[in-house]
Amino acid sequence: MNKSIAAFIVVAAGIALTPWVADNYYVKLATFVAMYGALALSWNFIGGYTGYPSFATAAFIGLGSYAGALFQNAGVPLILAWLLAGVVTAAFAAVLGFAILRVKGHYFAVGSISVVEVLRLIASSWSGLTGGGDGLNVKILQGGADYAGRVFLFAMLAVMIATFAVTVWVERSRFGFGLKAIKQNEDAANMVGVNVSAYKIGAFTLSAVFCGITGAVYASWIAYIAPVDAFSILTTLKVPVMALLGGEGTIFGPVLGALVFVILEESIWARFLEANQAILGLTIVVLIFFLPGGLLRIDYRRIGRRLGMGRSGATGGAGGTAGTAGTSATSATSTGGTGGTGSNKDGRDA
Amino acid sequence: MLEVRQLTKRFGGVAAVSNVSFELKAGEIVGLIGPNGAGKTTLINVITGVHRASEGKVLFDGRNVTAQQPWQAARSGLARTFQIVQPFPGMTVLENVVAGALFAGRAASRAEADRAAMEHLEFVGLAHEAERPAASLTLPSRKRLELAKSLAMKPRLLMLDEVNAGLNTGEIDRALELMRAIAARGVTIVIVEHLMKVVFSLCQRVLVLHHGELIAQGEPRAVAKDEKVIEAYLGHKFAAKLKTMDGAAALAERAQEPVQGQTLGQAQGNAHG
Repeated sequence: MNKSIAAFIVVAAGIALTPWVADNYYVKLATFVAMYGALALSWNFIGGYTGYPSFATAAFIGLGSYAGALFQNAGVPLILAWLLAGVVTAAFAAVLGFAILRVKGHYFAVGSISVVEVLRLIASSWSGLTGGGDGLNVKILQGGADYAGRVFLFAMLAVMIATFAVTVWVERSRFGFGLKAIKQNEDAANMVGVNVSAYKIGAFTLSAVFCGITGAVYASWIAYIAPVDAFSILTTLKVPVMALLGGEGTIFGPVLGALVFVILEESIWARFLEANQAILGLTIVVLIFFLPGGLLRIDYRRIGRRLGMGRSGATGGAGGTAGTAGTSATSATSTGGTGGTGSNKDGRDA
Repeated sequence: MLEVRQLTKRFGGVAAVSNVSFELKAGEIVGLIGPNGAGKTTLINVITGVHRASEGKVLFDGRNVTAQQPWQAARSGLARTFQIVQPFPGMTVLENVVAGALFAGRAASRAEADRAAMEHLEFVGLAHEAERPAASLTLPSRKRLELAKSLAMKPRLLMLDEVNAGLNTGEIDRALELMRAIAARGVTIVIVEHLMKVVFSLCQRVLVLHHGELIAQGEPRAVAKDEKVIEAYLGHKFAAKLKTMDGAAALAERAQEPVQGQTLGQAQGNAHG
């Protein structure tokens, strides 16, 4: 637990330092890591702790981005508009959760993904409010690209830190214990006195509120939203993959997963322009297939010992690369895979 | 403390429990018996809110609790164990009991829940396994875990659904001691049981269900001589035969013998075969 918090502080500090040590490309990359970190941590409440495989992430992001954009265009101050978007999304999730959390497993997964589609259709056809398929322009933040880049970097970072803080609370609280009990055996949880429907709705709402805020920040950052981007099926799939990659149901896993995923995506994108989606997909399938518990659950000491027994010469070299490459998002792009793996050495007790 | 009034539970056209009424007094140990499929587990499920009653009422301390959810029942002091044990498999043995203490047991903090859980594990004799994953326990240990978990819920009425099924004679004797110790704490107990040895040595009163109906209730020995009960267990023909040879008394005696696993349910099987 403490090691995980320390690891998180290292990642957050790395993200916060990017504007001073690297150019705008890396600032943007770090903003994405913080954004996906917040989203994956959000998914973790319902998917990781409670065991309900939600694919509603993009529904919450989209709703939050439209709500934030509309508030902002109506003259609400920036930060207040973001927070209000979070409130709207949370209220929506509470009502939605009441309806769809009655079904489990595959049914819940399909139900939650259809919410994304339904909201997308509403956003496309309600042109009076949302601008329909033409999209919606959001006020551009004044002060130049460098300034705006930093504002959104720190905004996303703040959302990620807030989500992480709530995760730490959940991990230590009675509420979190109840969620884990529901994941293990919902009927038994009900029998020992856990108010299962209230707990599930609580987890689902928590998983929505920060997605909503993230969506609103994203809308202000990009300054333009359209139904297809806001309610993106790809995002709704990517976020759980990140959480699974790092280790679902842990406090640091989702952040690690987001970090590794963004780095992988970026380095593969840069090298294989044509087949990048296919290669990314294959990489993820392989990673999840061979690491069912996520990167955090690997016994790195055992791997080290095995490597040491097999060929003692090679260990020093491999360990060295992993150790140096993994400290922050900025230094790790050239050796994407190893960099990510290395950085979680200090976080595997989560 | 518990009053069941004309309770009926239908699944489609089948009445699994039909028009059952009885009362439990505080501190009693009551046996709930009947052939397989008689509706014993369904009755418990309706009382604890797993199934909604089709008709009738359940009053707990005079309060109507017929429509409550299982978690509400648990918090009000109605605890039960499952015939098929329901642990949280990925949690440790201790954490399983902590769950009971933390929610229905209303422990103020995790530390307090841990302390209470440890006490209950010592009570059932599982303290040395506290840190093992619940999934790795043997069946008798799982049954005891289930017991510790329901005790951690601070129940006033504890319903034990076949906690002895699958245990050997020595294990059953230990379970009997445990149940007596629990009753000595002032907990009212209902046991669903096939082993007549357990019923005779533990219960002050038995309720007999057959095809969902309460066909007899009263002191165990009296009930064992009841014609309707004998007929329910052994079928018409065999019951008629028994009558001629004063078999009811013999049956009651036979049931008391400490033969491992010999149940009236099996006796019924033999009679048909």
